Amino acid sequence: MPRGHHDIGGTTRDAGPINRAEHQLEDWEIVADAVNQALGARGIKRTDELRRAREQMDSELYRSLSYYERWIASMESILIEKKILTHEEIDRKVAEIEKKWGEP
Amino acid sequence: MSESSGRFKPGDRVRVRAEDRPGHIRTPFYIRGKTGWVERAHGEFRNPESLAFGGDGLPKRPLYLVGFHQREVWEKYAATKDKLFIDIYEHWLDPA
Repeated sequence: MPRGHHDIGGTTRDAGPINRAEHQLEDWEIVADAVNQALGARGIKRTDELRRAREQMDSELYRSLSYYERWIASMESILIEKKILTHEEIDRKVAEIEKKWGEP
Repeated sequence: MSESSGRFKPGDRVRVRAEDRPGHIRTPFYIRGKTGWVERAHGEFRNPESLAFGGDGLPKRPLYLVGFHQREVWEKYAATKDKLFIDIYEHWLDPA
């Protein structure tokens, strides 16, 4: 088994420097957190499932995403896995929002 | 939560299993195969390896705070007093 991309303690792989600067959360990051809380409160997902989804992601993608981007990606994959949403529904909604508000 | 249900008690020497298998594993890779001691028994919790795949996490598994000497974990660690503490489930531990 290759070692998971989330489990890099003691490896020489360069994970990059840690940004220790204080920073403000973006609005979308706060929303991502709220959606996560709501899905948990409704019993739709468990934290362990989201962690597993992040561990299963494509490694290149995982490393290229920011913290809350990984959260969103894992929520999407669990919702699709549980047949609550489909890829197409998510893509359609994103296109709708981008049409209204412009691309991020 | 019962503190005494597990097979280990504080002070017991334990070795972390050197298993490498797929799934959602909460035992860090770098600590597998290393030897330490049980610092504290946390009680029993649902098994995250099952919860991660939609399972019920039952039976609950004893979880321990396990201590290690840094110099025994890392080949080139010079300081002698530093310790490392990690929460590890009983099914990842053997008596040492």
